[in-house]
Amino acid sequence: MKKILSILVRNRPGVLSHVAGLVTRRGYNVESIAAGPTQDREVTRITLVTSGDARMLEQVTKQVNKLIDVINVEDLEHREAMTGELALITVSAEGVRRAELLNLVTLLGLTLVDIREDSLTVMVSGSDMSVDMAVSGLAPFGIRAMARTGLVALARPVGSILVQDKEDPWC
Amino acid sequence: MNQNNKSPQVAKDDKGDRKNKNGRPGGRRPRNGAEAIIDFIKSSKIDLVFGYPGGAVIPLYDALYDSGVRHILTRHEQGAIHAADGYARASGKVGVVLATSGPGATNLVTGLATAYMDSVPILAITGQVALSSLGSDSFQEADIYGISIPVTKYNYLIKKPQTLPSILNEAYYLASSGRPGPVLVDVPKDIQVAEVTAAPQRVDIPGYDPRPKPDVRAIDSFVEHLDNAKRPILYLGGGATIANVTEEIKFLAESQDMAVVVTLQAKGIFPDDHQLCLGLPGMHGAKYANLAINESDLIVGLGVRFDDRVVGNVQRFAPYAKIAHFDIDPAEIGKRLSPDTAVVGDLKEALELVCAKVKKKLRGEWRERINSLRISHGLVFPDGHGEIKPQRAIGLLSEACGPDTVLVTDVGQHQMWAAQNYRSLKPRKFLSSGGMGTMGFGLPASIGAQFALPEGQIVLITGDGSFQMCLQELATVMQYNLPIKIMLINNGCLGMVRQWQQFFFNRRYSQTIFNFNPDFVALAKVYGLGAEAIDKASEVSNAIERMLSYDGPYLLEVKILEEENVMPLIPAGMGQTDFFELEEEGR
Repeated sequence: MKKILSILVRNRPGVLSHVAGLVTRRGYNVESIAAGPTQDREVTRITLVTSGDARMLEQVTKQVNKLIDVINVEDLEHREAMTGELALITVSAEGVRRAELLNLVTLLGLTLVDIREDSLTVMVSGSDMSVDMAVSGLAPFGIRAMARTGLVALARPVGSILVQDKEDPWC
Repeated sequence: MNQNNKSPQVAKDDKGDRKNKNGRPGGRRPRNGAEAIIDFIKSSKIDLVFGYPGGAVIPLYDALYDSGVRHILTRHEQGAIHAADGYARASGKVGVVLATSGPGATNLVTGLATAYMDSVPILAITGQVALSSLGSDSFQEADIYGISIPVTKYNYLIKKPQTLPSILNEAYYLASSGRPGPVLVDVPKDIQVAEVTAAPQRVDIPGYDPRPKPDVRAIDSFVEHLDNAKRPILYLGGGATIANVTEEIKFLAESQDMAVVVTLQAKGIFPDDHQLCLGLPGMHGAKYANLAINESDLIVGLGVRFDDRVVGNVQRFAPYAKIAHFDIDPAEIGKRLSPDTAVVGDLKEALELVCAKVKKKLRGEWRERINSLRISHGLVFPDGHGEIKPQRAIGLLSEACGPDTVLVTDVGQHQMWAAQNYRSLKPRKFLSSGGMGTMGFGLPASIGAQFALPEGQIVLITGDGSFQMCLQELATVMQYNLPIKIMLINNGCLGMVRQWQQFFFNRRYSQTIFNFNPDFVALAKVYGLGAEAIDKASEVSNAIERMLSYDGPYLLEVKILEEENVMPLIPAGMGQTDFFELEEEGR
């Protein structure tokens, strides 16, 4: 079972070590952890993806919540969360397969960030699934290096979704 | 808590009290970081601090020099923090400890962990190398901030001088509020000498709720469970001691005919001589306590952790019982076992609500059952053949001590014998390292307890193993002339481990027998304590009498047989009634 925790913390030095340390110390699994500023400069949001059985996941949430710097923990497992991730991937691009690779890059809508004689580096962003897809699509060409940010997530805002007009061409 | 009334005083001190106190050059120069720490200590009404100086705290100790703050100099930083711990446990106040950087700070780690496990409020202030050399592996540099994360409730590394007053306030508040615990503040040397003019700001920690309101529906649900229960048991933990709920527990137990089991950290909260008291539960509890838990249909945990030493096998704990759990820390609920009903909040507030709602209910059958279990499955130990039985010696000590005596223990067999055989009648009169089981805790903790209760009688029960882990603090006992009485139960070995090796490792006594021990009586006398040793059962009463009536610190060495065991015993991870039985000699 996987769980996404969206954690708001006081932006104190060492706060990331407190959160990351807690999770490893108590034997929980970390799939990814991503931290960054919010609109309030005193507050940082940490997105923690963890896995385990239901009991363990409940404990993770409670123990994280107990940390002094933690302002709020949202458990995004049971809601529809908005998620996103970014990755940089350097792929071998030698000889005859280069054209094939470029084709795939266009097809997947990846952004080229570097071109060399024998390699390409692309950037992909989107849901974690679209990053996974890009990774598996590029893998046969030979991935030389990869950096993923880890998942960031937000709960969907409450409120009604805009309902489109009947004449709307998209309908 | 008491952070609110501080700021004006500090501000006043800042203006009025800055005269040239000790001929320090610069006369009316602004206050520095070290003086800000001292101002904080004074304004927080901290009566005394324990500590040990060193290079990175020289400015702090200089500010302390003629400040009027009382400082207790131990002989080791570990002694200082255990003393602060003993002080806090005996008084309910925050224990404060100072230490230098590097080894001074790392020597605090065991004490921090000990306090953290038992939720003891401690404020540790450590020196650190100057910010400019931080991270360069300079002399006596250790990352105590990083090291202490897992063993503190919270910790700080001061990076800006002006944040110091607010951080000290916040640290003190965190240590003492909610579920208490140790908090460490690491202060680089250059911060100690930097100008610190800022007054502390009001503590504001979003997301920290030290006193969650008990949910009334949860209380109602509990009251219903209690009303339906025929064989309820109150299971008391350290949280009950901290919340000071003696009256509420007495009312609840008596009005509901609930049996009461008392863990190490709660000893004295409910009097051991009460007819509803079943004493210690779990691994070394009396059989009747565990049999009662096994038969119970409602276990009510008050400020407990459902610790493995009490519960054993989670699946087999109290098989017929519903579980109710009261705790101030939401993370304790469901940590080891899932309760049927849980109340999160301040225990006093919660129990007041419960007491107001319950109707008196007599459970005569249950009371009778408890009494018959007590008779059929009591604590028994053989009389021996003239040698001293430690259980009896502790029983005699218990009879000789009054209800206000503070009994401190170390860790090991003697600790369990004390838990079983010493009768505590009041809270905060039995101090023991429970969760961490820190050998060496006893002597320094006794020192702290004596400072908390200068007129009180402090008695330490220790073993030859534990005593040798912090015995340098005998010098502290003498320096401050503390009339601590030490009953040293000497079996010449690390009895608790030896006992396990005997039972479960085929008597392969691997490294548990001391082939050498010092002459403890001579050792005590070298330090200046009164001392004697006994090894015959007939001598115990009089020797205890001599110890307790001695004017000054005293060590009574009680020599016992090596193969004395703590019984009964439920092996780790077993069910509540899986009592280990010795086959042959039946000791």
